[in-house]
Amino acid sequence: MKPGSLLRLKGIIRKEWLQVIRDPSSIAIAFFLPLLLLLIFGYGVSLDAKNIRIGLVIEQPDSASLSIAGGFEHSPYFAPIHLSSIQEAENALRASTIDGIIWLRQNFAADYLNNQSPPIGVLINGVDANTARLIEGYVQGIWFSWLEQQAEKAGRTLRSPVQLEQRIWFNPQVRSTDFLVPGILAVVMTLIGALLTALVIAREWERGTMESLLVTRISVNEILLGKLIPYFILGMGGLLLSLVIAETLFHVPVRGSLWLLFAVSALFLWVALGMGFFISTVFKSQFVAALVAMVSTFLPAFILSGFIFDIQSMPTLIQGVTLLIAARYYVAILQTLFLVGDVWSVILPNAAALAVMGLFFHGLVHRRTRKRLE
Amino acid sequence: MSPRLFALIIKEFLALFRDKKSRMAVIVPPILQLLIFGYAATFDLEQAPLAIYNEDEGAFSRDLVSRFERSPAFEVIGYLRSEAEIRPLVDRKDALLVLHVGRQCSADAAKGEGCSVQVLIDGRNSNTAMLALNYVRSIVTDFNEEQIEQTTGTLLPARLAVLAWFNPNLESRWFIVPGIVALLAMIVALVVTALSVAREREAGTFDQLLVTPLQPWEILIGKAMPGLIVGVGEASLIVAVAVYWFRVPLVGDMLTLLPALVIYVLSIIGIGLMISSFSNTLQQALLGSFLFIVPAVTLSGFSTPIANMPDFMQTLTYLNPMRYFLIIVRRVFLEGAGMEYFWQELWPMSLIAVTTLALATWLFRHRMH
Repeated sequence: MKPGSLLRLKGIIRKEWLQVIRDPSSIAIAFFLPLLLLLIFGYGVSLDAKNIRIGLVIEQPDSASLSIAGGFEHSPYFAPIHLSSIQEAENALRASTIDGIIWLRQNFAADYLNNQSPPIGVLINGVDANTARLIEGYVQGIWFSWLEQQAEKAGRTLRSPVQLEQRIWFNPQVRSTDFLVPGILAVVMTLIGALLTALVIAREWERGTMESLLVTRISVNEILLGKLIPYFILGMGGLLLSLVIAETLFHVPVRGSLWLLFAVSALFLWVALGMGFFISTVFKSQFVAALVAMVSTFLPAFILSGFIFDIQSMPTLIQGVTLLIAARYYVAILQTLFLVGDVWSVILPNAAALAVMGLFFHGLVHRRTRKRLE
Repeated sequence: MSPRLFALIIKEFLALFRDKKSRMAVIVPPILQLLIFGYAATFDLEQAPLAIYNEDEGAFSRDLVSRFERSPAFEVIGYLRSEAEIRPLVDRKDALLVLHVGRQCSADAAKGEGCSVQVLIDGRNSNTAMLALNYVRSIVTDFNEEQIEQTTGTLLPARLAVLAWFNPNLESRWFIVPGIVALLAMIVALVVTALSVAREREAGTFDQLLVTPLQPWEILIGKAMPGLIVGVGEASLIVAVAVYWFRVPLVGDMLTLLPALVIYVLSIIGIGLMISSFSNTLQQALLGSFLFIVPAVTLSGFSTPIANMPDFMQTLTYLNPMRYFLIIVRRVFLEGAGMEYFWQELWPMSLIAVTTLALATWLFRHRMH
């Protein structure tokens, strides 16, 4: 280490730190946004449909059809509305005031008594395919328990040949917060690591203060390190805050070891900082750096990381693209650390991928910044 | 249009498009995002890795297992021989789910007692777990239905005839891709607009603009124009890509979509201008846009239905212009719904546009530094 290096490093860190804490917008990104994301995702995001508005059209009420209607009325998933004709129901479906229709035609009861196996018409608005599929599943459930009931009334037993016994491992109650929190951590760290640093450093290039820093006696390493440390602290602070909220508000379990969680997060943050540095040294304009950071780091952390959408269901080409997304590896490790435990066969390969990406980006940043000095 | 307003608009466009990098940054990323997200963002399960542990030798269980083998939702990655193999397979994420059929299955089924089949699903991603469970259930239900009819030789007393309107094969891409129109129009229009005032404030030229003979409303129009043209233009381009590349049917017409799109983009511009009048620097304007975009997207119904949110969050979504436009764009695309269905979306969106634009104009004058 060159003489006075520590002193110069301290100076840069201090300057950088002041810049961070004096600007309310970077504090908001580091601490307010994680809070907001956790609250929204913790309380607001769920793919399970409840209170589905379904129209019941029963053209000829009798005991059989009314007991079907009863099945819907007692179901926690449906909020049924009785409608008098199929035309009325179809208009309501078209106007989106209901999400589906159950239609028992005029001759339903007669055919039912004659063992003609009459159809129960089910019309679903398929625009939201995922919800539509859930509705179909719920309707099937009600229909089958109705069949069992009817058989019992007739003194027979209707046994389904296969009884499904389901077990969701690691998250038996399927609480979505338990898997969303790891994803949010990845998004928050990406925001602080990549987006914020990309902006701040691009600003220095834009204003020319980076050049003035480069011509001083401070070495490139000292500049880069001096800029890295404050944002690293900010990022770890954001992580700590998110963890505390996740624990106190949502009681998300952490089954793996905490020190591993912090170590892996530090590794990921280092990669994200590398990406932020890289973007800003290449583009050197706040506007462009912000857009590039958003498209190449933030949005992929949401969509391509396996946080919301399943990677395995994507086309092969896109699956290949996800291999370049650092957040993908971090999310995989986090979900395992939170819900399963220290599974080394998941942690090691993913951490190795992160390390390679980090070395790559930081190496590039070093090369490019040094070139500017020549 | 007065010549000085015209000159201002020209200047605003030049500020955005003169620099090659900024020109590229406005045009290339949205197209890239559309292509990648259009493919990546799907709630359909495809070839999810499934392991099968069948202890039973009978024809009954083989028939059941073959249903899973044939389903495009699953890909069988292996047949297990012992229970001990299950845990490491799931831990390592090699299998998303394991189907376990007990030794007595076929015998029990033949006796009419019903065979119990276990499905174990990795719940680390609870979304995917629920999707997989739903697929498993529907395969089992179909199987049961056929088995009952075969063994009893009679039809079931009633059957379901399911029909999905507007999206008969329930492709979630048809739902997501039109949503991307709303998402990208918002990001582009907001960032372009939020930037325009903040950049001038940082450079100190905004004060100069304020002392010119230009009226505040003229400055507003000048500042809103690039966002409007770029936002509406790119959204239309995305509609074209959705129709010709992703083959999402556009049942309705552009004549319904365009006015709604313009109102939507205007409301976003109003928000962008407000953000930029509150910011002193470009950095604050960009981060401010972020603080708006993230909650606005999550509370819009873009990826998860609003109806599933708790009540107070549902109420919050009424303030979000994206909520309204998402409904319109999806319904125009898939249902072909006409303008007459959308009054209750159009008026709140217009109200948001008028309020935010008026506030922004006022803020131009009253936030001098």
